[in-house]
Amino acid sequence: MNFLLLSTIKTAVFAVILLTTLAYLQLVERKVLGHIQRRPGPYRVGPHGLLQPLADVIKLLTKEDLLPSAADRPFFILAPFLAVTLALIPVVVMPFGPELRLFGVETRWQLTDLNVGVLFILAVSSLSVYSIALAGWSSNNKYALLGGLRAAAQMISYELPMGLTVAGVLLVTNTMSLHDIVMHQADYYFGFLPRWHIFQFPSPQAIGFILFMISSFAETNRIPFDLPEAENELVAGFHTEYSSMKFASFFMAEYANMITVTSMATLLFLGGWHPPFPASMGSSFVPALLFLAAGLVTLYHGLNPARPRDRYSLPVFAMAFFALAAVLLIPSVQAALVPIFWFSIKTALLLFTFIWVRGTSPRFRYDQLMSFTWKFLFPVAMLNLLATGLLVALYG
Amino acid sequence: MDVFLFLVFALTAVGCAISMVVQTHPIHGAISLIGVMGSLAMLYLILGGEFIAAAQVIVYAGAIMVLFVFVIMLLNAGREGASRQPRMVLWLGIPVFIGFLSVLSYLVQRVAPKSEPVRFGAFTGGNTHAVGMKLFTDYLLPFELTSALVLIAILGAIVLARKELD
Repeated sequence: MNFLLLSTIKTAVFAVILLTTLAYLQLVERKVLGHIQRRPGPYRVGPHGLLQPLADVIKLLTKEDLLPSAADRPFFILAPFLAVTLALIPVVVMPFGPELRLFGVETRWQLTDLNVGVLFILAVSSLSVYSIALAGWSSNNKYALLGGLRAAAQMISYELPMGLTVAGVLLVTNTMSLHDIVMHQADYYFGFLPRWHIFQFPSPQAIGFILFMISSFAETNRIPFDLPEAENELVAGFHTEYSSMKFASFFMAEYANMITVTSMATLLFLGGWHPPFPASMGSSFVPALLFLAAGLVTLYHGLNPARPRDRYSLPVFAMAFFALAAVLLIPSVQAALVPIFWFSIKTALLLFTFIWVRGTSPRFRYDQLMSFTWKFLFPVAMLNLLATGLLVALYG
Repeated sequence: MDVFLFLVFALTAVGCAISMVVQTHPIHGAISLIGVMGSLAMLYLILGGEFIAAAQVIVYAGAIMVLFVFVIMLLNAGREGASRQPRMVLWLGIPVFIGFLSVLSYLVQRVAPKSEPVRFGAFTGGNTHAVGMKLFTDYLLPFELTSALVLIAILGAIVLARKELD
Protein backbone atom coordinates (compact mmCIF):
# COMPACT_ATOMS: atom_id res chain seq x y z
CA MET A 1 0.00 0.00 0.00
CA ASN A 2 1.02 3.58 -0.48
CA PHE A 3 3.47 4.52 2.29
CA LEU A 4 1.98 7.98 2.76
CA LEU A 5 -1.61 6.70 3.02
CA LEU A 6 -0.60 3.94 5.45
CA SER A 7 1.33 6.39 7.64
CA THR A 8 -1.58 8.82 7.68
CA ILE A 9 -4.03 6.13 8.76
CA LYS A 10 -1.65 4.85 11.45
CA THR A 11 -0.98 8.35 12.74
CA ALA A 12 -4.71 9.06 12.96
CA VAL A 13 -5.36 5.81 14.87
CA PHE A 14 -2.45 6.42 17.26
CA ALA A 15 -3.46 10.04 17.87
CA VAL A 16 -7.07 9.09 18.67
CA ILE A 17 -5.96 6.30 21.04
CA LEU A 18 -3.38 8.50 22.77
CA LEU A 19 -5.69 11.49 23.25
CA THR A 20 -8.56 9.34 24.54
CA THR A 21 -6.19 7.64 26.98
CA LEU A 22 -4.97 11.07 28.10
CA ALA A 23 -8.49 12.30 28.82
CA TYR A 24 -9.52 9.15 30.65
CA LEU A 25 -6.24 8.79 32.54
CA GLN A 26 -7.16 12.03 34.26
CA LEU A 27 -10.56 10.61 35.21
CA VAL A 28 -8.94 7.37 36.42
CA GLU A 29 -6.52 9.38 38.54
CA ARG A 30 -9.34 11.32 40.19
CA LYS A 31 -11.33 8.12 40.74
CA VAL A 32 -8.41 6.19 42.24
CA LEU A 33 -7.39 9.13 44.44
CA GLY A 34 -10.99 9.39 45.56
CA HIS A 35 -11.17 5.76 46.54
CA ILE A 36 -7.79 5.98 48.33
CA GLN A 37 -9.29 8.85 50.33
CA ARG A 38 -12.56 6.93 50.89
CA ARG A 39 -14.81 9.07 48.68
CA PRO A 40 -16.34 8.17 45.29
CA GLY A 41 -14.53 10.77 43.15
CA PRO A 42 -16.30 12.38 40.14
CA TYR A 43 -19.82 10.92 40.10
CA ARG A 44 -22.27 13.44 38.58
CA VAL A 45 -21.55 13.64 34.86
CA GLY A 46 -22.72 10.43 33.22
CA PRO A 47 -22.85 7.00 34.90
CA HIS A 48 -20.14 6.88 37.60
CA GLY A 49 -18.73 10.17 36.25
CA LEU A 50 -17.68 8.55 32.97
CA LEU A 51 -18.41 11.69 30.91
CA GLN A 52 -16.40 13.94 33.25
CA PRO A 53 -13.46 14.39 30.79
CA LEU A 54 -15.86 15.80 28.15
CA ALA A 55 -17.34 18.20 30.68
CA ASP A 56 -13.82 19.27 31.69
CA VAL A 57 -12.85 19.98 28.09
CA ILE A 58 -15.94 22.12 27.54
CA LYS A 59 -15.31 23.99 30.78
CA LEU A 60 -11.66 24.68 29.94
CA LEU A 61 -12.43 25.75 26.36
CA THR A 62 -15.09 28.24 27.38
CA LYS A 63 -13.12 29.84 30.22
CA GLU A 64 -11.63 33.29 29.77
CA ASP A 65 -8.04 33.18 28.51
CA LEU A 66 -6.11 35.72 30.58
CA LEU A 67 -2.85 37.23 29.38
CA PRO A 68 -0.95 39.09 32.15
CA SER A 69 -0.06 42.59 30.98
CA ALA A 70 3.56 42.34 32.19
CA ALA A 71 4.16 38.91 30.66
CA ASP A 72 6.58 38.27 27.82
CA ARG A 73 3.90 37.71 25.18
CA PRO A 74 5.57 35.45 22.56
CA PHE A 75 7.11 33.07 25.09
CA PHE A 76 4.02 33.08 27.30
CA ILE A 77 2.06 31.72 24.33
CA LEU A 78 4.87 29.49 23.05
CA ALA A 79 5.47 27.64 26.35
CA PRO A 80 2.19 25.62 26.60
CA PHE A 81 2.31 24.87 22.87
CA LEU A 82 5.88 23.57 23.28
CA ALA A 83 4.89 21.54 26.35
CA VAL A 84 2.08 19.63 24.65
CA THR A 85 3.95 19.16 21.34
CA LEU A 86 7.09 17.76 22.95
CA ALA A 87 5.01 15.53 25.21
CA LEU A 88 3.12 13.96 22.28
CA ILE A 89 6.10 13.46 19.92
CA PRO A 90 7.76 10.40 21.60
CA VAL A 91 4.81 8.18 20.63
CA VAL A 92 6.16 8.32 17.07
CA VAL A 93 8.94 5.81 17.76
CA MET A 94 7.19 3.57 20.29
CA PRO A 95 6.32 0.01 19.28
CA PHE A 96 3.07 -1.18 20.85
CA GLY A 97 3.00 -4.60 19.26
CA PRO A 98 4.60 -6.89 16.68
CA GLU A 99 3.88 -7.16 12.96
CA LEU A 100 0.24 -6.91 12.01
CA ARG A 101 -1.46 -8.31 8.91
CA LEU A 102 -4.71 -6.61 8.07
CA PHE A 103 -6.59 -6.81 4.71
CA GLY A 104 -3.45 -8.15 3.05
CA VAL A 105 -1.30 -5.26 4.26
CA GLU A 106 1.65 -6.05 6.50
CA THR A 107 2.66 -3.34 8.93
CA ARG A 108 3.80 -2.83 12.51
CA TRP A 109 2.10 -1.47 15.62
CA GLN A 110 4.60 1.37 15.41
CA LEU A 111 4.74 4.57 13.38
CA THR A 112 8.45 4.43 12.60
CA ASP A 113 11.39 2.38 13.85
CA LEU A 114 14.39 4.71 14.21
CA ASN A 115 17.77 3.09 14.73
CA VAL A 116 18.38 5.76 17.41
CA GLY A 117 14.88 5.46 18.89
CA VAL A 118 16.00 5.54 22.53
CA LEU A 119 18.17 8.61 21.94
CA PHE A 120 15.27 10.27 20.10
CA ILE A 121 13.05 9.93 23.15
CA LEU A 122 15.80 11.15 25.49
CA ALA A 123 16.42 14.15 23.19
CA VAL A 124 12.76 15.13 23.06
CA SER A 125 12.33 14.75 26.81
CA SER A 126 15.46 16.81 27.46
CA LEU A 127 13.91 19.62 25.40
CA SER A 128 10.71 19.61 27.42
CA VAL A 129 12.53 21.44 30.24
CA TYR A 130 12.23 24.59 28.16
CA SER A 131 8.45 24.62 28.16
CA ILE A 132 8.32 24.72 31.97
CA ALA A 133 11.30 27.06 32.39
CA LEU A 134 9.95 29.48 29.80
CA ALA A 135 6.45 29.34 31.25
CA GLY A 136 7.83 30.24 34.65
CA TRP A 137 10.02 33.03 33.35
CA SER A 138 7.64 34.65 30.85
CA SER A 139 4.77 34.93 33.37
CA ASN A 140 6.71 37.68 35.18
CA ASN A 141 5.57 36.33 38.53
CA LYS A 142 7.88 35.40 41.40
CA TYR A 143 6.08 32.16 42.24
CA ALA A 144 6.05 31.10 38.60
CA LEU A 145 9.75 31.96 38.24
CA LEU A 146 10.68 29.95 41.33
CA GLY A 147 8.65 27.01 40.02
CA GLY A 148 10.34 27.23 36.62
CA LEU A 149 13.81 27.36 38.17
CA ARG A 150 13.08 24.38 40.39
CA ALA A 151 11.72 22.43 37.44
CA ALA A 152 14.80 23.15 35.32
CA ALA A 153 17.23 22.14 38.09
CA GLN A 154 15.22 19.03 38.97
CA MET A 155 14.80 17.79 35.42
CA ILE A 156 18.51 18.22 34.57
CA SER A 157 19.51 16.38 37.74
CA TYR A 158 17.17 13.43 37.29
CA GLU A 159 17.95 13.04 33.60
CA LEU A 160 21.40 11.73 34.56
CA PRO A 161 20.36 8.62 36.55
CA MET A 162 17.62 8.00 33.99
CA GLY A 163 20.10 8.09 31.11
CA LEU A 164 22.51 5.82 32.98
CA THR A 165 19.87 3.16 33.66
CA VAL A 166 18.81 3.26 30.01
CA ALA A 167 22.48 2.84 29.06
CA GLY A 168 22.52 -0.39 31.13
CA VAL A 169 19.73 -1.81 28.95
CA LEU A 170 21.54 -0.68 25.80
CA LEU A 171 24.67 -2.54 26.96
CA VAL A 172 22.64 -5.74 27.25
CA THR A 173 20.74 -5.41 23.96
CA ASN A 174 23.45 -3.86 21.79
CA THR A 175 20.88 -1.84 19.82
CA MET A 176 18.99 1.45 20.14
CA SER A 177 15.96 0.55 18.06
CA LEU A 178 13.02 0.09 20.41
CA HIS A 179 11.56 -2.71 18.29
CA ASP A 180 14.81 -4.68 18.48
CA ILE A 181 15.07 -4.03 22.22
CA VAL A 182 11.63 -5.60 22.72
CA MET A 183 12.45 -8.51 20.39
CA HIS A 184 15.57 -9.14 22.51
CA GLN A 185 13.23 -10.01 25.42
CA ALA A 186 11.13 -12.49 23.43
CA ASP A 187 11.90 -15.95 24.79
CA TYR A 188 11.62 -17.75 28.16
CA TYR A 189 14.20 -19.23 30.53
CA PHE A 190 13.42 -22.83 31.57
CA GLY A 191 10.24 -22.58 29.50
CA PHE A 192 8.38 -20.29 31.91
CA LEU A 193 10.52 -17.35 33.19
CA PRO A 194 10.28 -14.48 30.66
CA ARG A 195 13.55 -13.04 29.33
CA TRP A 196 12.49 -9.53 30.29
CA HIS A 197 15.40 -7.29 31.11
CA ILE A 198 14.54 -7.20 34.81
CA PHE A 199 15.13 -10.99 34.85
CA GLN A 200 17.91 -10.95 32.25
CA PHE A 201 20.73 -13.43 32.78
CA PRO A 202 23.63 -12.80 33.54
CA SER A 203 23.03 -9.07 34.09
CA PRO A 204 19.50 -8.46 35.43
CA GLN A 205 18.32 -4.86 35.21
CA ALA A 206 15.95 -4.96 38.20
CA ILE A 207 17.87 -2.23 40.06
CA GLY A 208 17.95 -0.23 36.84
CA PHE A 209 14.17 -0.56 36.56
CA ILE A 210 13.62 0.77 40.08
CA LEU A 211 16.02 3.68 39.50
CA PHE A 212 14.32 4.41 36.18
CA MET A 213 10.90 4.54 37.84
CA ILE A 214 12.14 6.85 40.63
CA SER A 215 13.72 9.27 38.19
CA SER A 216 10.66 9.16 35.96
CA PHE A 217 8.54 10.36 38.89
CA ALA A 218 10.85 13.38 39.07
CA GLU A 219 10.97 13.87 35.30
CA THR A 220 7.18 14.10 35.13
CA ASN A 221 7.02 16.41 38.20
CA ARG A 222 4.76 14.07 40.13
CA ILE A 223 4.41 13.60 43.87
CA PRO A 224 6.73 12.97 45.77
CA PHE A 225 8.86 15.18 43.51
CA ASP A 226 6.28 17.77 42.44
CA LEU A 227 8.23 20.75 43.81
CA PRO A 228 7.80 22.89 40.66
CA GLU A 229 4.12 23.22 41.55
CA ALA A 230 4.20 22.79 45.34
CA GLU A 231 0.94 24.55 46.11
CA ASN A 232 1.61 25.34 49.75
CA GLU A 233 4.79 27.25 48.84
CA LEU A 234 4.36 28.47 45.26
CA VAL A 235 0.57 28.91 44.69
CA ALA A 236 0.65 26.69 41.57
CA GLY A 237 4.29 26.99 40.49
CA PHE A 238 5.14 27.57 36.86
CA HIS A 239 1.53 27.63 35.64
CA THR A 240 0.24 30.15 38.22
CA GLU A 241 -0.61 32.75 35.57
CA TYR A 242 -2.10 30.35 33.03
CA SER A 243 -5.80 29.84 32.50
CA SER A 244 -8.20 28.15 30.10
CA MET A 245 -6.69 25.96 27.33
CA LYS A 246 -3.14 27.12 28.06
CA PHE A 247 -3.43 25.66 31.55
CA ALA A 248 -5.01 22.55 30.07
CA SER A 249 -2.02 22.16 27.74
CA PHE A 250 0.33 21.84 30.72
CA PHE A 251 -2.08 19.39 32.29
CA MET A 252 -2.22 17.31 29.09
CA ALA A 253 1.58 17.44 28.79
CA GLU A 254 1.97 16.05 32.31
CA TYR A 255 -0.29 13.08 31.55
CA ALA A 256 1.30 12.50 28.14
CA ASN A 257 4.72 12.47 29.81
CA MET A 258 3.43 9.91 32.31
CA ILE A 259 2.28 7.69 29.45
CA THR A 260 5.65 8.14 27.73
CA VAL A 261 7.78 7.16 30.72
CA THR A 262 5.59 4.18 31.67
CA SER A 263 5.63 2.94 28.05
CA MET A 264 9.41 3.36 28.03
CA ALA A 265 9.70 1.35 31.26
CA THR A 266 7.52 -1.37 29.73
CA LEU A 267 9.53 -1.47 26.52
CA LEU A 268 12.98 -1.31 28.12
CA PHE A 269 12.52 -3.49 31.21
CA LEU A 270 9.21 -5.37 31.16
CA GLY A 271 9.37 -7.02 27.77
CA GLY A 272 7.01 -4.75 25.81
CA TRP A 273 4.19 -6.81 24.35
CA HIS A 274 5.59 -10.22 25.36
CA PRO A 275 3.30 -12.10 27.79
CA PRO A 276 4.61 -13.06 31.27
CA PHE A 277 4.20 -16.78 30.55
CA PRO A 278 4.40 -18.61 27.20
CA ALA A 279 1.47 -19.05 24.81
CA SER A 280 1.79 -22.83 25.26
CA MET A 281 0.66 -22.26 28.87
CA GLY A 282 -2.37 -20.34 27.63
CA SER A 283 -1.34 -16.70 27.90
CA SER A 284 -3.30 -15.90 24.71
CA PHE A 285 -6.58 -16.73 26.46
CA VAL A 286 -6.12 -14.36 29.41
CA PRO A 287 -7.96 -11.37 27.82
CA ALA A 288 -10.90 -13.61 26.82
CA LEU A 289 -11.02 -15.06 30.35
CA LEU A 290 -10.97 -11.57 31.88
CA PHE A 291 -13.89 -10.46 29.72
CA LEU A 292 -15.74 -13.69 30.56
CA ALA A 293 -15.25 -13.05 34.29
CA ALA A 294 -16.41 -9.44 33.90
CA GLY A 295 -19.48 -10.68 32.03
CA LEU A 296 -20.29 -13.26 34.73
CA VAL A 297 -19.99 -10.68 37.54
CA THR A 298 -22.20 -8.23 35.65
CA LEU A 299 -24.76 -10.94 34.90
CA TYR A 300 -24.88 -11.99 38.58
CA HIS A 301 -25.53 -8.40 39.68
CA GLY A 302 -28.11 -8.04 36.92
CA LEU A 303 -30.00 -11.09 38.20
CA ASN A 304 -29.77 -9.83 41.83
CA PRO A 305 -30.33 -6.11 41.17
CA ALA A 306 -29.47 -3.52 43.83
CA ARG A 307 -31.52 -0.89 41.98
CA PRO A 308 -34.57 -1.56 39.78
CA ARG A 309 -32.92 -0.31 36.57
CA ASP A 310 -29.96 -2.70 37.01
CA ARG A 311 -32.31 -5.56 36.02
CA TYR A 312 -32.30 -4.25 32.43
CA SER A 313 -28.95 -2.44 32.05
CA LEU A 314 -26.50 -4.92 33.56
CA PRO A 315 -27.50 -8.02 31.50
CA VAL A 316 -26.97 -5.92 28.34
CA PHE A 317 -23.43 -5.12 29.51
CA ALA A 318 -22.90 -8.79 30.39
CA MET A 319 -23.89 -9.81 26.84
CA ALA A 320 -21.45 -7.21 25.46
CA PHE A 321 -18.64 -8.65 27.61
CA PHE A 322 -19.47 -12.20 26.49
CA ALA A 323 -19.42 -11.05 22.85
CA LEU A 324 -16.00 -9.43 23.35
CA ALA A 325 -14.70 -12.60 25.00
CA ALA A 326 -15.99 -14.65 22.06
CA VAL A 327 -14.36 -12.29 19.54
CA LEU A 328 -11.05 -12.64 21.42
CA LEU A 329 -11.21 -16.43 20.93
CA ILE A 330 -10.94 -16.08 17.12
CA PRO A 331 -7.28 -16.96 16.31
CA SER A 332 -6.64 -14.09 13.85
CA VAL A 333 -8.07 -11.48 16.23
CA GLN A 334 -6.03 -13.05 19.02
CA ALA A 335 -2.80 -12.73 17.05
CA ALA A 336 -3.46 -9.04 16.40
CA LEU A 337 -4.81 -7.89 19.75
CA VAL A 338 -3.29 -10.04 22.51
CA PRO A 339 0.19 -8.38 22.29
CA ILE A 340 -1.51 -4.99 22.56
CA PHE A 341 -3.38 -6.27 25.61
CA TRP A 342 -0.15 -7.28 27.38
CA PHE A 343 1.54 -3.98 26.52
CA SER A 344 -1.45 -1.99 27.78
CA ILE A 345 -1.84 -3.98 30.98
CA LYS A 346 1.83 -3.48 31.93
CA THR A 347 1.70 0.22 31.14
CA ALA A 348 -1.59 0.55 33.02
CA LEU A 349 -0.14 -1.12 36.11
CA LEU A 350 2.80 1.31 36.10
CA LEU A 351 0.41 4.24 35.62
CA PHE A 352 -1.61 2.97 38.57
CA THR A 353 1.61 2.98 40.61
CA PHE A 354 2.06 6.65 39.74
CA ILE A 355 -1.43 7.45 41.02
CA TRP A 356 -1.04 5.17 44.04
CA VAL A 357 2.17 6.94 45.09
CA ARG A 358 0.45 10.30 44.65
CA GLY A 359 -2.37 9.19 46.91
CA THR A 360 -0.14 7.87 49.68
CA SER A 361 3.14 9.76 49.97
CA PRO A 362 4.07 13.30 51.04
CA ARG A 363 6.28 15.76 49.16
CA PHE A 364 10.07 15.99 49.54
CA ARG A 365 11.78 19.14 50.73
CA TYR A 366 13.80 20.83 48.01
CA ASP A 367 17.28 20.17 49.47
CA GLN A 368 16.28 16.55 50.14
CA LEU A 369 15.27 16.21 46.51
CA MET A 370 18.63 17.43 45.26
CA SER A 371 20.83 15.51 47.69
CA PHE A 372 18.77 12.36 47.02
CA THR A 373 19.57 12.38 43.32
CA TRP A 374 23.18 13.56 43.48
CA LYS A 375 24.32 11.63 46.55
CA PHE A 376 22.28 8.45 46.21
CA LEU A 377 20.52 7.90 42.88
CA PHE A 378 23.40 8.97 40.63
CA PRO A 379 26.12 6.83 42.33
CA VAL A 380 23.83 3.80 42.44
CA ALA A 381 22.97 4.21 38.75
CA MET A 382 26.68 4.51 37.99
CA LEU A 383 27.47 1.32 39.94
CA ASN A 384 24.60 -0.46 38.19
CA LEU A 385 26.03 0.56 34.81
CA LEU A 386 29.54 -0.57 35.80
CA ALA A 387 28.28 -3.92 37.12
CA THR A 388 26.22 -4.47 33.96
CA GLY A 389 29.22 -3.63 31.80
CA LEU A 390 31.43 -6.04 33.74
CA LEU A 391 28.89 -8.88 33.53
CA VAL A 392 28.28 -8.31 29.83
CA ALA A 393 32.04 -8.28 29.20
CA LEU A 394 32.55 -11.49 31.19
CA TYR A 395 29.57 -13.56 30.07
CA GLY A 396 27.84 -11.60 27.30
CA MET B 1 13.34 17.04 -1.32
CA ASP B 2 16.80 16.89 0.28
CA VAL B 3 17.76 20.26 -1.17
CA PHE B 4 14.46 21.75 -0.02
CA LEU B 5 14.96 20.45 3.54
CA PHE B 6 18.58 21.63 3.51
CA LEU B 7 17.52 25.13 2.45
CA VAL B 8 14.77 25.29 5.08
CA PHE B 9 17.04 24.31 7.97
CA ALA B 10 20.08 26.23 6.73
CA LEU B 11 17.98 29.39 6.44
CA THR B 12 16.50 28.74 9.91
CA ALA B 13 19.98 28.32 11.35
CA VAL B 14 21.26 31.56 9.79
CA GLY B 15 18.08 33.42 10.74
CA CYS B 16 18.30 32.26 14.35
CA ALA B 17 22.01 33.17 14.47
CA ILE B 18 21.27 36.71 13.28
CA SER B 19 18.37 36.95 15.71
CA MET B 20 20.67 35.82 18.54
CA VAL B 21 23.04 38.73 17.88
CA VAL B 22 20.29 41.29 17.36
CA GLN B 23 18.05 40.42 20.34
CA THR B 24 18.36 42.78 23.29
CA HIS B 25 17.00 40.41 25.92
CA PRO B 26 19.35 37.61 27.10
CA ILE B 27 16.60 34.97 27.17
CA HIS B 28 15.47 35.78 23.63
CA GLY B 29 19.12 35.46 22.55
CA ALA B 30 19.48 32.11 24.31
CA ILE B 31 16.31 30.75 22.69
CA SER B 32 17.59 31.86 19.28
CA LEU B 33 20.80 29.94 19.95
CA ILE B 34 18.70 26.85 20.71
CA GLY B 35 17.07 27.37 17.31
CA VAL B 36 20.54 27.32 15.73
CA MET B 37 21.42 24.08 17.56
CA GLY B 38 18.18 22.42 16.52
CA SER B 39 18.60 23.38 12.86
CA LEU B 40 22.19 22.10 12.90
CA ALA B 41 20.91 18.79 14.31
CA MET B 42 18.46 18.56 11.41
CA LEU B 43 21.30 19.25 8.95
CA TYR B 44 23.32 16.38 10.48
CA LEU B 45 20.26 14.18 10.13
CA ILE B 46 19.89 15.05 6.43
CA LEU B 47 23.55 14.18 5.91
CA GLY B 48 23.08 10.73 7.48
CA GLY B 49 24.59 11.28 10.92
CA GLU B 50 21.62 10.25 13.05
CA PHE B 51 23.67 9.61 16.20
CA ILE B 52 25.43 12.96 15.93
CA ALA B 53 22.06 14.66 15.40
CA ALA B 54 20.56 13.09 18.53
CA ALA B 55 23.72 13.85 20.54
CA GLN B 56 23.62 17.46 19.31
CA VAL B 57 20.07 17.89 20.61
CA ILE B 58 20.72 16.08 23.92
CA VAL B 59 24.04 17.74 24.74
CA TYR B 60 23.76 21.24 23.32
CA ALA B 61 20.05 22.02 23.24
CA GLY B 62 19.05 19.79 26.15
CA ALA B 63 21.90 20.28 28.63
CA ILE B 64 24.21 23.21 27.92
CA MET B 65 21.56 25.68 26.81
CA VAL B 66 19.31 24.69 29.71
CA LEU B 67 22.11 25.78 32.04
CA PHE B 68 22.46 29.07 30.11
CA VAL B 69 18.73 29.76 30.40
CA PHE B 70 18.82 28.67 34.03
CA VAL B 71 21.62 31.10 34.90
CA ILE B 72 19.98 33.96 33.01
CA MET B 73 16.71 33.32 34.84
CA LEU B 74 18.51 33.03 38.19
CA LEU B 75 20.36 36.34 37.72
CA ASN B 76 17.12 37.87 36.44
CA ALA B 77 19.06 39.68 33.71
CA GLY B 78 16.96 42.39 32.10
CA ARG B 79 16.78 43.95 28.67
CA GLU B 80 20.05 45.47 27.50
CA GLY B 81 19.93 49.12 26.49
CA ALA B 82 21.81 50.39 23.44
CA SER B 83 25.19 51.74 24.49
CA ARG B 84 26.31 55.20 23.38
CA GLN B 85 28.69 54.47 20.56
CA PRO B 86 30.24 56.90 18.13
CA ARG B 87 28.58 56.90 14.72
CA MET B 88 31.88 55.88 13.17
CA VAL B 89 31.49 52.32 14.53
CA LEU B 90 28.41 51.81 12.40
CA TRP B 91 29.89 53.39 9.27
CA LEU B 92 33.19 51.53 9.47
CA GLY B 93 31.87 48.28 10.95
CA ILE B 94 29.75 47.05 8.06
CA PRO B 95 32.38 47.45 5.29
CA VAL B 96 35.09 45.93 7.49
CA PHE B 97 32.78 43.01 8.33
CA ILE B 98 32.02 42.37 4.64
CA GLY B 99 35.73 42.59 3.82
CA PHE B 100 36.56 40.14 6.61
CA LEU B 101 33.93 37.68 5.35
CA SER B 102 35.26 37.84 1.78
CA VAL B 103 38.88 37.30 2.90
CA LEU B 104 37.72 34.36 5.03
CA SER B 105 35.76 32.71 2.22
CA TYR B 106 38.69 33.25 -0.17
CA LEU B 107 41.08 31.60 2.28
CA VAL B 108 38.72 28.67 2.89
CA GLN B 109 38.41 28.10 -0.86
CA ARG B 110 42.18 28.23 -1.34
CA VAL B 111 43.26 26.16 1.66
CA ALA B 112 40.46 23.58 1.83
CA PRO B 113 41.30 20.37 -0.05
CA LYS B 114 39.51 19.90 -3.31
CA SER B 115 37.16 17.03 -2.60
CA GLU B 116 34.00 15.96 -4.29
CA PRO B 117 30.92 17.87 -3.15
CA VAL B 118 28.72 16.49 -0.40
CA ARG B 119 25.90 14.30 -1.69
CA PHE B 120 22.80 13.64 0.37
CA GLY B 121 22.47 10.07 1.54
CA ALA B 122 26.00 9.09 0.48
CA PHE B 123 27.34 8.93 4.03
CA THR B 124 26.33 5.85 6.02
CA GLY B 125 28.89 5.85 8.86
CA GLY B 126 26.77 7.97 11.17
CA ASN B 127 25.03 5.26 13.17
CA THR B 128 25.81 4.59 16.82
CA HIS B 129 27.98 1.55 16.11
CA ALA B 130 30.23 3.37 13.64
CA VAL B 131 30.65 6.41 15.90
CA GLY B 132 31.44 4.17 18.88
CA MET B 133 34.04 2.18 16.91
CA LYS B 134 35.77 5.39 15.79
CA LEU B 135 35.65 6.84 19.28
CA PHE B 136 37.20 3.82 20.98
CA THR B 137 39.80 2.92 18.34
CA ASP B 138 41.04 5.82 16.18
CA TYR B 139 40.21 8.65 18.58
CA LEU B 140 40.75 6.94 21.93
CA LEU B 141 43.46 9.30 23.19
CA PRO B 142 41.57 12.56 22.49
CA PHE B 143 38.46 10.98 24.00
CA GLU B 144 40.24 10.03 27.23
CA LEU B 145 42.00 13.40 27.40
CA THR B 146 38.63 15.16 27.06
CA SER B 147 37.26 13.17 29.98
CA ALA B 148 40.28 14.22 32.07
CA LEU B 149 39.64 17.81 31.04
CA VAL B 150 36.00 17.57 32.13
CA LEU B 151 37.11 16.05 35.45
CA ILE B 152 39.47 18.98 36.02
CA ALA B 153 36.65 21.41 35.26
CA ILE B 154 34.38 19.63 37.77
CA LEU B 155 37.09 19.74 40.45
CA GLY B 156 37.64 23.44 39.74
CA ALA B 157 33.92 24.13 40.12
CA ILE B 158 33.86 22.28 43.46
CA VAL B 159 36.88 24.21 44.75
CA LEU B 160 35.36 27.54 43.73
CA ALA B 161 32.01 26.69 45.32
CA ARG B 162 33.75 25.54 48.54
CA LYS B 163 35.58 28.83 48.91
CA GLU B 164 32.31 30.70 48.74
CA LEU B 165 30.74 28.58 51.47
CA ASP B 166 33.44 29.26 54.08
